[in-house]
Parts: sequence; C-alpha cells; structure tokens
Amino acid sequence: MGMISGLWRTMTLGTKSLLLHPMRSALTVLGIFIGVASVIWLLAIGEGISLEAQRQIASLGAQNIIVRTVKPPAEILGNARVASYGLRTEEFDMLVETIPQIARAVPIREIKRMISYGPNDIDGRLVGSTPDYFQATKLEVDRGRILNAADVEKRLDFCVLSKEVAQVLFPYQDPIGRRIFLPEHFDFYEVVGVLKHRTATAAIGGSFAAQDFTKDVYIPLTTMNLRIGSLVMSNRGGNLSGEEVELNQITLRVHRTEDVIPASQLIKDALRAHDKTMAVDTVVPLELLEQAKTTRLMFMVFMGLIAAVSLLVGGIGIMNIMLATVTERTREIGIRRALGARRTNIISQFLVETITLSVIGGIVGVIVGLLCPFFIVLGRDGLVKLLPEQMAVLPANVMEMEPTIVPISIPIAFGISVLVGIVFGIYPAIRAARMDPIEALRHE
Amino acid sequence: MTTAAVTATDLVKDYVLKSETVHALRGISFEIPQGDYVAVMGPSGSGKSTLLNLLGCLDRPTAGALLLGDSDVSELTDNELSDIRAQRVGFVFQSYNLIQQLNVVENIQVPLYYQGNIGRKQKQRCRDLADMVGLGDRIKHRPSQLSGGQQQRVAIARSMANDPYFILADEPTGNLDSVTSSEILDLFDKLHHEGRTIILVTHEDDVAARTNRIIRLMDGEIEFDKRTKPISSDPMAAPTGAKELDVEDDIIIGASDVQQQAE
Repeated sequence: MGMISGLWRTMTLGTKSLLLHPMRSALTVLGIFIGVASVIWLLAIGEGISLEAQRQIASLGAQNIIVRTVKPPAEILGNARVASYGLRTEEFDMLVETIPQIARAVPIREIKRMISYGPNDIDGRLVGSTPDYFQATKLEVDRGRILNAADVEKRLDFCVLSKEVAQVLFPYQDPIGRRIFLPEHFDFYEVVGVLKHRTATAAIGGSFAAQDFTKDVYIPLTTMNLRIGSLVMSNRGGNLSGEEVELNQITLRVHRTEDVIPASQLIKDALRAHDKTMAVDTVVPLELLEQAKTTRLMFMVFMGLIAAVSLLVGGIGIMNIMLATVTERTREIGIRRALGARRTNIISQFLVETITLSVIGGIVGVIVGLLCPFFIVLGRDGLVKLLPEQMAVLPANVMEMEPTIVPISIPIAFGISVLVGIVFGIYPAIRAARMDPIEALRHE
Repeated sequence: MTTAAVTATDLVKDYVLKSETVHALRGISFEIPQGDYVAVMGPSGSGKSTLLNLLGCLDRPTAGALLLGDSDVSELTDNELSDIRAQRVGFVFQSYNLIQQLNVVENIQVPLYYQGNIGRKQKQRCRDLADMVGLGDRIKHRPSQLSGGQQQRVAIARSMANDPYFILADEPTGNLDSVTSSEILDLFDKLHHEGRTIILVTHEDDVAARTNRIIRLMDGEIEFDKRTKPISSDPMAAPTGAKELDVEDDIIIGASDVQQQAE
C-alpha cells in the first residue's frame, strides 16, 4: 500500500514536472514514439512481404516438383535451322516409371498462338495437358466442364478457355459448344468449359517465370501432339526457323512432403543428360519455401536493427533532455535534499520522469504501429493512383502483400521503450542525486 | 530539565581547497535549549553559513560533536542525515525555495513525503498549517501566483510540517520589504510563543533584536553569545525587545519600542 501510493505520488509528480515544459516533453516523446512505431511497422512490412512470398510458393504446391524446359543460350543451340531441345515424352515416361515416390505427373506443352472467333481474336497461349493439370494448378471451372480422360484418350478437339479469353472472344455469346479458330494451323476446337479467374503466380527464383493464366486455352496434350506436333516453324523476316520442343513442363507430385527432397534428387540425376545444354531446370517449391523462411528471419533481424537505431536516437534525445532538465532543476534538487530526500528518492524521481516519457512514447507508438496495415494499404493505393507507371514496376509481392503485425513485436517494442527510458534515464538521475545539497541550494 | 534542542561541542569544520585548508569553524561550543529563539550573526566569512549547514545536517563537522536532541549527528551517513533532516529540521530559506510545480499544500507536504508518513491525518495537518500562516484559502495556488511574503509563509508552514526539533531560518526576510519582513517576523514570534525552537541566521540588527539570544561569529569562532531575553519570553510579562541593538557595545539595551505581537 505504502509503496504503491508512493509510486503513484512519484508518478503524478513526474507528470506535473513534465507538464511544466509541454513542448519539450512532447518532442522527447516523439523520438520514442517514432522508434516504437517503426519497430512495429518494419516488422509488419517484413512479415507481409515474407508471407506473400511464402503464399506464392505454397500455391505451387509444397509436394510438387516442377521440371521446366528452358531455351538454352544461342551458343549451345548452334546455327541449326531447327532448334531441338527440352524435355521429351520418353523422359516423362521414364520419370513416372522409375521414381517410386511420384503420385501424379502432369506433362505440359505450351505454344503462343493467335486464337480467334468471328471478328474477335487474341494472342493467346495454347496449353496441351492432361485433366490433372487443372487440379495441379488449382484451376476451377466456372461453366461447362474441364477436359477429361476420354478427351485425352480419343484425342478430341475440345478446349477449355480461361475467363479472360472467353470474355474477349465471346463478348455477347455463350462460348459453350462454339468452335474457336487457330489461323496458324487452320484448325478448330470446340469450347466445352470456361474457368474462373485465377490470379497470376509470381516469378520465383530466376528461372521460373511468372504464370499468367489470363490468355490460356487448354486442349488435351494428345490432341496437340496429333494436330500441331512438337515442331513449330515460324517465319521471321523471311527467315524460316523452327523449334522442336516436346514438353515445356512436367509437374510432379509426390506422396508425402518428406519425399520431395529425395525425389527431386532422383529427378535431377535422371535428367543429367540435359546438364550440358542447360535446357532443363528443376524447381522445388519446398526448398524455396525453406529458403523464404530463412530469408524472413534475416529480413526480420535487418528490419529490427534499423528500428533499433531509431530507438537509440530516441533514447539519446531523452538523455539529452533529462540532462538539461537536471541542470535546470538543480535548485529543486537542493530543496528536496534539504527537506529530507535521500539520494535514492532523487534517482527515482528523475527515473520515473524519464520512464513516463518513454512509456507515453511507447503507448502512442504501439497505437500508431497497430494502424500500420491501414496506412500502408492507403499509401500504396494513393501512390498507384498518383504514379501508376512507377508503381507498376514494383514486384508483385510488394503490391500484393498485406502488412501483417507480428504479435510479439508489440511487447518487444513497448519493452524496449521502457528499457530505453531506464538506460538513458539512469545517468541523468544519478547525476542529479550526486549533487551536493549545499551547492544545489545555492544554484541560481 | 529536558534535553537541549541542539548541543554543539568543539565544533570544527575545515574545507580543503587544493593545497590550502580553510578553517571555517575553529571549535565552537554552545547549547540551544528547547523553546529558545536564537539569532546567529556575523559578517560574511565568519562561518555563519557553515554553522547553518551543520545545524541543518546538510554537512558533517570535521571534528567535535553535534547533538540534535540526544542523538549525535556528527558522524552519520548521507542517508541517515537525509532522514534526520526529514524528521527533525525545519528549513526556511531567504529565497523561499518552494517547488514551482507543486501547489501550496503540496509544498507543505514535501517533508512528510520524505518521512514516508503521509496519511489523511497528515494531509489535514498540512491544511491546518496553511490556515495558520493565513493561506488557508489559497492551498491550490502555485508559488508563481503568490507574493514573496506569501511564499515565505508557505515555507514557514512547510518547516513546521514534520514537527521539527527546531526551525532553521536563513535570512528569512532578506528578500522582503520592511512591512512584509515584519509580518514574517511576527509569525516567527508566534511560533516561538507556541514553544518552537527557532534559529535565525541574519545580518540585520533589527531582525536579531526580536530574538532572545544572539550568537555572533567572527573568523570561525564565537565572538559573543548573549542572552537578551529569557528563553520563553512572554510578550505581556517581559517586553524586552531592543529597538536598536548595539552589538559592539556588548551591553544589553532594554527597550520597549518593539511590540511583541500577541495573538
């Protein structure tokens, strides 16, 4: 009781003394406030970016292993008229047969093609695959149906459109049952389904390009092999050249997450033949996920250090002010000592004042820190409106990320602000207590 | 006979300044009985301030013994001295020395706060003290809202808060005009008549004239220690104030001009 009322008294006294110089106190509080808020903000932004990156990687599937064909550099391809590279169907079969951990394997072939219906056309991407593709890439049907095993088996000329392609080609009609046209192959495909919108995946690492699903037209891979084949000729400025690629990608899914790493090692070994041509790249989302988590930790530490610097600056500000205050209030210290204050009373008086300043700064900092997601999103939207071109350059995980407050950052930030008050307040307080009461009383 | 409020025996205080030692007090002895009203006088450099600091337990003597009541304070630690100040000494300063951010009644409470003894009863006592010095209607005022005389009244009330062994007043009228000075001195008289022990450091003869006893210091020694009135002078029974005290004369001049202010 006595201690609590004593502390309360010291605190009310401290507040009164601080209110003698409201401006000075406010500015000192500002230093701590900025420090605390920046700890919370920086960690929230870091967490947001990291979570977004993890989300994007996770959307590739943690149990997946993705093997992609990469166009090799020109010096490896040589001057042959037809460049032949990348994954082959026989390799796909070999992987499926020899690697026991594989639960599902999706072969994918992609070609850029003009697609039209009546007067409407679009520079689309023709994707040949199996029904598993829709599940593996998390594509959902909106109307009609997706491709099925029978379509693949019978090499039927059916296709499924992405929502955006359907909107361009069929602005006023129902696309189901109508036939789209591929002018480059003089070929027709009947629309059996339209998909829901799917957000693009971000580019991950250097080799894995961003996946934009908005221009896709899906057909059975067997149909594609039959009608289009692996060799694609193109006429560039009168120079006829061709590319022969059998498969652009194989998405493999293993049974259990623990199988990912051993299976990916087996796959890399099996595809060693491509090592020299560098035509194949294996992407393991799980590895990327682990990397992203490690990166997150480094990011947090880095952000934390920046924030710590601003808290340090705030602390120095407090110390500066308290030293000035102690000098200014020398007389008061003398009076208090004469009236019976022990040195410890003087120390606690000034320490309480410093801590009061830093705690107020801490509380305001936490409140403003909690508003961070709101302000960041507001600011980003504002910038997008103001400078759309500059903002478009920003990577997707900055644009898409939601600042996420790390719960632990609040007690940490607040605790640090109190600590700063103690650490930077103790020296001025001791200086005040060390004063000789006689000298202090004489001070003008 | 009860113990004296202050007993000083061969009190010595030396200050060491670089290589030189200044002998501020060269072994002085005196006794101040309870209820006495003493003026300590002397030119600057006589050791007046040093004696004040020792009596106020702000400093320790180099040698000799100083008893406040029956406890020796000459060899106490800093904390013990702080506690003695909180419990036994009532300070009144020339420049009032109130704490600016506290109001009247809070200023009066400060010594009690450092005694660690502040309940409802003590707070009431502080309000009563404010009443006693005539500021009962201004207990919420800040020092900056009060005149010099009023501030000194607050300081006197504050010096009484811890019910001290003695009140130690250092030039209490030094910053005041003559009318206000006289009001403040009347207040001291009143306290004296209530039985308080008052030690008043001054260089003004007319202030000293209102006391019962004059100790005059010179070069760190007592030049003279002269009783001008009995210890507890009843203003009605023994109006023995001196209008003009000729200290050099070493003669007690009885005069009736100075009216002791009775209640």
